[in-house]
Amino acid sequence: MKALPFLLRKEFKQIFRDLNMLRMIIVIPIVQLVILPLAADYEIKNISLAIVDSDHSEYSRKLIEKVTASGYFIIPAAEESYTQAFEYIENDKADLILEIPANFERDLVKEQKETLFLALNAINGVKANVGGSYLGQIIADFNQEVRQDLIPATKIPQLPQIEITTMNRFNPNMNYNFFMVPGILVFLVTMIGTYISSLNIVKEKEVGTIEQINVTPIKKSEFILGKLIPFWIIGVVIFSIGLLLIARLVYGVVPVGNIGILYAYLFIYLIVILGIGLLISTYSNTQQQAMSLAFFFVMIFLLMSGLFTSIDAMPTWAKVIAYLNPVTYFIEVMRLVVMKGSGFADLKLHFIVMTVFALVINTWAIMNYRKTS
Amino acid sequence: MNQFLTFVRKEFFHVFRDKKSLLMLFGVPIAQILLFGFALTNEIKNSSIAIFDFSNDEISRQLVQKVSESSYFDVTSLTISSKTPEMDIEKVFQKQAAKIAIVIPRNFGQELMHQNKGQVQLIADASDPNTANTLVLYASNIIMDYQKELTGVSQFPYQITTEMRMLYNPELKGATNFVPGVMALVLSLICVLMTSVSIVREKENGTMEILLVSPFNPLMVVISKAVPYFLLSLVNLTMILILSVFLLDMPMNGSIFLLYFESTLLILTALAMGLLISNVTGSQQLAMMISLMGMLLPTLLFAGFMFPLENMPQPLQIFSNIVPAKWYYIIVKNIMIKGLGISAIWKETLILAGMAVFFMTLSIKKFNVRLS
Repeated sequence: MKALPFLLRKEFKQIFRDLNMLRMIIVIPIVQLVILPLAADYEIKNISLAIVDSDHSEYSRKLIEKVTASGYFIIPAAEESYTQAFEYIENDKADLILEIPANFERDLVKEQKETLFLALNAINGVKANVGGSYLGQIIADFNQEVRQDLIPATKIPQLPQIEITTMNRFNPNMNYNFFMVPGILVFLVTMIGTYISSLNIVKEKEVGTIEQINVTPIKKSEFILGKLIPFWIIGVVIFSIGLLLIARLVYGVVPVGNIGILYAYLFIYLIVILGIGLLISTYSNTQQQAMSLAFFFVMIFLLMSGLFTSIDAMPTWAKVIAYLNPVTYFIEVMRLVVMKGSGFADLKLHFIVMTVFALVINTWAIMNYRKTS
Repeated sequence: MNQFLTFVRKEFFHVFRDKKSLLMLFGVPIAQILLFGFALTNEIKNSSIAIFDFSNDEISRQLVQKVSESSYFDVTSLTISSKTPEMDIEKVFQKQAAKIAIVIPRNFGQELMHQNKGQVQLIADASDPNTANTLVLYASNIIMDYQKELTGVSQFPYQITTEMRMLYNPELKGATNFVPGVMALVLSLICVLMTSVSIVREKENGTMEILLVSPFNPLMVVISKAVPYFLLSLVNLTMILILSVFLLDMPMNGSIFLLYFESTLLILTALAMGLLISNVTGSQQLAMMISLMGMLLPTLLFAGFMFPLENMPQPLQIFSNIVPAKWYYIIVKNIMIKGLGISAIWKETLILAGMAVFFMTLSIKKFNVRLS
């Protein structure tokens, strides 16, 4: 291990010499962490509802008033016909159409029942579902009022009513940033770690300098450690800037739990990520290949990590992939510790799994590295 | 012209020789279509729910039954141990054993039937606010439905019913929303990446100098590098369309020619951006950093298929306008799903065409015959 300090000095010199690259490595994740969580807001709000009132009665006006007052909906226009309202859907200016049929009030009073029509743009199924549910609740309330209006008070039987109270734990203000910032930070660290580690060793291969190093008395293990330790440090630095500065100052995200746990987990996690980079580099001969492989895996890591979509809703085979994905675990740990203050006892399994990942991937990478060179 | 074709052939050889890079060219789109088609959904279902039933009478058991029958929830089996459900729930959430809890207090059934008033508490793990909101909505609906059933309120006079119609996507499939997004993502990222890297590679290896001193027009050298990726992108597009129509049952309601035309615009824009990046960078690593790290998440987020654009703060909404994928995503949705023609999307088409022209002009302007 005598050569290691010298190798480290060489690597750091190389990193600091290429200032353009260093700037990219530091600046890109930080800028993205500042901006992107603002864009990743999946709260279903701003549902646009076009209303077709063919009745123009007191009741239809009351209903429209109630819908407007609920605050859930943006109402671009009240149209005269369904065809006109449908144009709003086609132009993405409306998500839902509520159609109040002609003679709504008369039929309701005379025939004691009436139907409303609701058309939803279901391309985004979730928005349609949630919008429909909100509207359903409003209509049910309205129905209740109509009954009270039409049936004499003495005739309304007292009915059992279930009162629902709701409590939101951990994030009572429902701030979506608290949920996204830790996750996006994990992903940015992952992306940087995988790319720079997979590209760097391949670059020595492509340029041919690896052969020169192979003929020196430097041991393989020293060479690999010399490559990976600087990236490990870069990873820790980026994570720290993100967690301690950006998340705190820009988004007010202050971990509820122990930061020590997060760092302990990060240390193991970075070994896994750099190991993946090393593994990719042992399978590639050119930077373009390494990048292609890295992109392929990073993409799958991103999509299958539960960062943007829920893992619960996946089919079983996809859940298996999701839980073979190291990113999934770190994102969970981040969210658990940052928001809920989970302790080491709650996260034991997460630590065990990540350690196993670290051992398996690095052993594989080192074995494969020996074989190829 | 002959010379140009020779160069294009050379570039094709380069591309096809490198099997691992081909994995990305074709593997990424296939993997994405399959994942988005079958694995990923914005929907919230099978969420674990913890039920603390302190009443344990006939009515509360019926209510629990209703909740467990719903496909939105998976009931986590829990033992009610302590008299302090708040503490228990805290622990449950910290271990991620449940996303929401229902607490039914003692004597719930009795109070409901005799005093006409019963209370149910929903406690949601709001660390994910969107899921929490949706789950509370779903759970409340189930409870309300149960109440209606219990009281027979729907038999009452003056009942307003609602007839719902799901337009375009009656089965509420996630793929309908995602596939146009994946097309936008794949076509815009891969082109930029491959073009930028393959040109910078020649610079880095020193072979660019040789090409530049050849009698061949230097601009043609660069354009011939873009041609294979242009054609491969069209192949990719075809593959994505075949997979999504035949495997994911995506509709193809509009004109397929129009779709190819619009895709060509996006691909040209992406290629021009790739050329631009290759002109301003000197190393493959830097080119990749910009085109991968710099563009992956912004394209994913600002295309508008993962997160609704209208939720974003105003400055970001304005920024999203310069992301070509956003316009392409709107176009694809309108053509494939809504079956609209050019009259509905001429504005988006013009913007996309404008971007293609802009980036091409810029990258040609920035093109250096000499390497510094």
